[in-house]
Amino acid sequence: MELYELTVHELQELLAGGITSSAEIVKSVLARIDAVEDQVKSFITVTREQALDKARQVDAQGSYQGLAGIPMGLKDNICTRGVKTTCASRMLADFIPPYESTVSRRLDQQGSVLVGKLNMDEFAMGSSTENSAFFATRNPWDLTKVPGGSSGGSAAAVAAGQIPFSLGSDTGGSIRQPAAYCGVVGMKPTYGRVSRWGVVAYASSLDQVGVLSKDVRDNAMIMQIIAGHDPLDSNCVDLAVPDYVAGLDGSVRGMRIAYPREYFGVGVNESVRDLVMQALKKYQELGAIVEEASLPHSEYALPAYYLLGPAEASANLACFDGVRFGCRDNTAENVVDMFSGTRDHGFGDEVKRRIMLGTFALSSGYYDAYYLNALKVRRLIANDFTKVFNDYDIIIAPTTPTTAFGLGEQRGDLLTIYMNDVLTVPVNMAGLPGISIPCGFTGGLPVGMQIIGKAFDEATVYKAAYAFEQNTDFHTIKPQLGVR
Amino acid sequence: MALTIKEVEHVAQLARLKLTEEEKVKFAQQLSTVLDYADTLNAISTEGVEPLIHILPIRNVFREDQRKPSMEREEILANAPLAEGFQYKVPKIM
Amino acid sequence: MSPDYEIVIGLEVHAELKTQTKIFCSCSTAFGAEPNTQTCPICAGFPGALPVLNRQVVDLAIRAGLALHCEIPAMCKFDRKNYFYPDLPHGYQVSQFDFPVCKQGYLDIDIEGQKKRVGVTRAHMEEDAGKLVHQGDITTTPFSLVDLNRSGVALLEIVSEPDMRSAQEARAYLEKLRSMLLFAGVSDCKMQEGSLRCDANVSVRPFGQQEFGTRCEIKNLNSFRALERAIEYEAKRHMEALEDGTELFQETRTWDEEKQMTRSMRSKEEAHDYRYFPEPDLPPLFISREWVDEVRAALPEMPEQAQQRLMEVYGLPEYDAALLTLTPETLDFFDRCVQEYPDAKTIANWMMGEFSRLLNQTNQEIGDSHLTPDHLVQMLRLVDDGTISGKIAKTVLEDMFNSGQSPQEIIKAKGLVQISDADTLLPLIEDIVGANPKVVEDYKSGKGKAMGFFVGQIMKATKGQANPALVNELLKKVLDSIQ
Ligand SMILES: [Mg+2]
Ligand SMILES: [Zn+2]
Repeated sequence: MELYELTVHELQELLAGGITSSAEIVKSVLARIDAVEDQVKSFITVTREQALDKARQVDAQGSYQGLAGIPMGLKDNICTRGVKTTCASRMLADFIPPYESTVSRRLDQQGSVLVGKLNMDEFAMGSSTENSAFFATRNPWDLTKVPGGSSGGSAAAVAAGQIPFSLGSDTGGSIRQPAAYCGVVGMKPTYGRVSRWGVVAYASSLDQVGVLSKDVRDNAMIMQIIAGHDPLDSNCVDLAVPDYVAGLDGSVRGMRIAYPREYFGVGVNESVRDLVMQALKKYQELGAIVEEASLPHSEYALPAYYLLGPAEASANLACFDGVRFGCRDNTAENVVDMFSGTRDHGFGDEVKRRIMLGTFALSSGYYDAYYLNALKVRRLIANDFTKVFNDYDIIIAPTTPTTAFGLGEQRGDLLTIYMNDVLTVPVNMAGLPGISIPCGFTGGLPVGMQIIGKAFDEATVYKAAYAFEQNTDFHTIKPQLGVR
Repeated sequence: MALTIKEVEHVAQLARLKLTEEEKVKFAQQLSTVLDYADTLNAISTEGVEPLIHILPIRNVFREDQRKPSMEREEILANAPLAEGFQYKVPKIM
Repeated sequence: MSPDYEIVIGLEVHAELKTQTKIFCSCSTAFGAEPNTQTCPICAGFPGALPVLNRQVVDLAIRAGLALHCEIPAMCKFDRKNYFYPDLPHGYQVSQFDFPVCKQGYLDIDIEGQKKRVGVTRAHMEEDAGKLVHQGDITTTPFSLVDLNRSGVALLEIVSEPDMRSAQEARAYLEKLRSMLLFAGVSDCKMQEGSLRCDANVSVRPFGQQEFGTRCEIKNLNSFRALERAIEYEAKRHMEALEDGTELFQETRTWDEEKQMTRSMRSKEEAHDYRYFPEPDLPPLFISREWVDEVRAALPEMPEQAQQRLMEVYGLPEYDAALLTLTPETLDFFDRCVQEYPDAKTIANWMMGEFSRLLNQTNQEIGDSHLTPDHLVQMLRLVDDGTISGKIAKTVLEDMFNSGQSPQEIIKAKGLVQISDADTLLPLIEDIVGANPKVVEDYKSGKGKAMGFFVGQIMKATKGQANPALVNELLKKVLDSIQ
C-alpha cells in the first residue's frame, strides 16, 4: 500500500506510531497528483511548496495531534488567505483573498496541510464540473464520464487517491451527487451546522460546506472539526457538536428507517433502485425497522429550487462588478458599460442563465407568482420531512437517479442535467443533513445511497452509514487509474 | 411561461449582463424551458401556506458594538483592477 | 405661490445612528478618516464575507421609533434591495422592506402657533453606501473614486406621510424630527457631515383634487434652507407645467445649490426594479415587549416634555420654551444656567438674543462655542450688581463667546467696569452740556431728542461704561440747573 491510498485515520496511526512523517505523506500525495492529474484534472491550484513547508513544520513539532500532517484539498470556492480562490470562473481567475474561511482555518489550526484547490462548476452552478471556466474534471472510474458536480474536483481527487479528504459545498446536491458518481463518502450537514464564512455564496439559504472522504469514520472526524458555532456566520448555530466518531458503534438495531416511495419511481435507473433496495435489506438484517413512507411534495422541490437558488444567486453575484476585485472590462467608457462588459466576460453561460432566471423570478410583476410561491412550496417540502421524522430516525434513498453520465453528453439539455439533483435538492430545501455512501456498482460505475437525518442529527446519519459500510466492502474498491 | 426577447433584454439590463442578439434568442428559449418547468408548481395549491423565509428556528443573532481593527487598506485594495490614491477608480458614472 | 394649487410634500430622512461600529461589521464609523481605512471584507462586499447585526443599531432604532410615537412590531426582518452602483459594494443594499422596525408614528409641528400633526409612515434600519468622489461635476468627470469608509454605516430611514403642504411645514417637520432624534440620543444629525440627509417628494395638485399630482423626488438637500428653496422651486416648476399643460415626469431630481434649481438626475429614464427579497444571511428579529419597555424606560426627556417643564416650572412663554428645547444642548445650557441664576426669563432672553445671534453668525452649534453656562451666569450677576451695563454686557458676551475667558477677566483686561461714580461723571456731563448751548436751548423748548443727544455723547465719551441710570439722573440735574 502506498501512503496516498490510505484513509485519514490510517495515516494518523502511522504518524502516531512514528512509522511515517507528514513530509512523506505529502510527497506521496504530490507524486500521485503528478501521476494522475492529467487524466483526472481535479486541481485548479496545487500548493506544492507551501504544503511541503507546512508538513516539515508539523514534523518538527515531534507529535501529531488532531489532523496534524494530514493533507487536504479544498473546493475552490473556499477562501484561503494568500492562496488563489477562483470559483472556477474567469471572473476570479486571479483573486487572492485577504481572509480565510472558518472551515479552512479550523482545519489549518488542527495541523492539516493544504495541498491544493479543487475544480468545480463555476460558482458551484452545475452537476458535472463541465461548467468550470478552466477545464472539465473526469471521473476516475471512467475517464469518459463526468465526476458529477459542482464539487466534482473534490470528489474525483479523493476517489483518485490524490488527497485523503476534501471539503466541498452543497447547495442542491453538490457534495452528495459527485460523491455518488465517484464512489466516495460525501456529507452535507444540517443548514447552520457549519460556518459559511469565507465560502463564496451561491444560494445563501441553501449552501453548506461538507466533507468528502474515503470512509465514514474519516468523514465524521473531519465534520467534528469544521462543525460548530461561528460568530462570523449569523446562521451558524450555537449548538453543541456531539462526538460523531464515538457514536460509530456499527449498530442500527431498532433504528427506524423510512424509504420514500417518491424517490424510487420514474426516472430512477433500475439497477440504482435495486442496489439501494438491497442496502435496505441489509439494514433489516442488521436489525433496523425499514418501512416505506411518503414525501408527497418531492417532485416540486426541483422546480422550486430553480427559482430560489437563482434568485439568491442573482444578488450574491452582484458584487462581481469589476470595482474591487476580479476581472474588469477596461475598454468601457462609462460605469454601466464597465459593469455589463465585466460580467459578460467574467461569467460563463450557466452562471448568466441562473442570474437571469433569478432576476426574473424577483422582478416586479413576477415576484409573487415565482419567488414567493417557491418559498411556500419550500415550506410544504420541509413539512413533509417533519412528518416522516415524527415516526422515523432516518430516511434512505438513492443519491442520484443514475450513475455518472458521459462528458458532453448532457451539454445543452438543461432539464436533463438539472434532473441529476432531483433526489438531493429536497434535503437542501428542508435544511437537513444528508450523506451519500457507496452501495454498489453497475456498469463499472459506483452507485450512491443517500441517508437523510433530522435537523442537527448528523450523529445518527453517521452511525447508520458506518454500520452499512462496516458490513459491506464497497468502500474498499478503488478505481484503476493507469499510471503513466 | 415563455420569455420574449424584450423580457430577456430587460432582465439582462437589470442584471447588468451584455448579451449578443444570438444569446438573447438562446437565453429566451432556455429560460422559457426552465420557467415552464417552474410552472409545474402551479399544480399544487399554496393558498394559506406561510412562505418559508428562514429555514432555522433562530432569531436575534447579534454582535456587540465594539470596534475591531479594519483591514489594512493596502490589503483591501490589493485585488482592485484599478485604484488611485487608496481609492477604487471607476470610469465616469453618466 | 398660486392660490389655486396645493403642494403635497413627503420627506424621506436618513439619520446615521450613533454607533461605534458599522451595522454588520466591526469597522469604526468615525467621521473624516483617510479613504478606505475603515473597511473590511464585509463592508467592502467581498465574496464569502457575511453580515452580523450590531445590537446597538436595533436598540437605537427602537428608541427613535418610541420618540416618534411609532409602533414597534414584534417581528421585523432585513431584505436585500438590488441595484448596481459603484459605491454599493454588494450590488444590493441590506435594508428592510415589508417588515420595518418602526411603523405608524407621528410628529407634531408648530406652524405660526398652530399645532399640526405629520404622520410617520415607517422607520427602518439599513446600511449606508460608500462615497463617490468626482473630479469636478458628476456629469463631466472622466472617472470617479470610491471610498468605502461610509459603506455599512447604520442608518435609520424615516418616511413621513405626504402630510406637508408648504416648504415651511417641511422645514418645521425636519427641524422637529432632528430635535427628536437629538433628544433621543440616536443620531448626531449633522447635515454638513451627512449624518442627517433628507429627500423630498413633491407634487402639486389643484385645490380640492383628491388624487396626487406627478411626484418628483429631490435629493441632495444638505440644509434646511436647501430643503425650503428646493421645494419652492420644484412646486413652482410643477405649477407652471400645469398651467402650460406641459407633461411632468415622475423622476429623481437633484438640488443644485449653486444654481438654486433642481435638475433631472438621469439622462435616460431607467427602469427601477429593486427586486427586494428577504436577506438570507440574517435571521429575523423578534422584539419582545420587555425589550421595548426597557428602551422606553431609558428614554430621556423629550422636547415636548421639556417645553412643558420650562413653561410650568419657570413660567416661560411657549415661544421661549419651544426655542430653548430645539436641541438637547440648548436645553442643557438653559438648565445649567437656571440652577445658578433664578431669573429664567433673563437667561432665555440672552440665549435667544445675543447668544443665538453669535451662533448663527459663526455657523456654530451651542456645544461648539466657548461660552459656558457658568460664565453667562457670572455675567448676569455683574449686570445686576451694576459692575457693567447691559450694553457693555453684550461686548463681554461676544468676548466670552470667542475667547472662553470669564467675564471678570474680560472686564479687567479691557477696563469695562461701569462708571457709577457721580464725582467722575459730573464734570464730564457739565463739559458736554456747556459745549452745546444750542442743544440746551432745544431741551428747554421741550424737544425730546435733546436728552438723547446728550446721553449718546456721554456714553461715547465713556466708551459706553457710564451707568445709564446715573447719567440720566445727573444730566437732568445739570440741565435743570441752567436757567
Ligand atoms: Mg433607503
Ligand atoms: Zn467593515
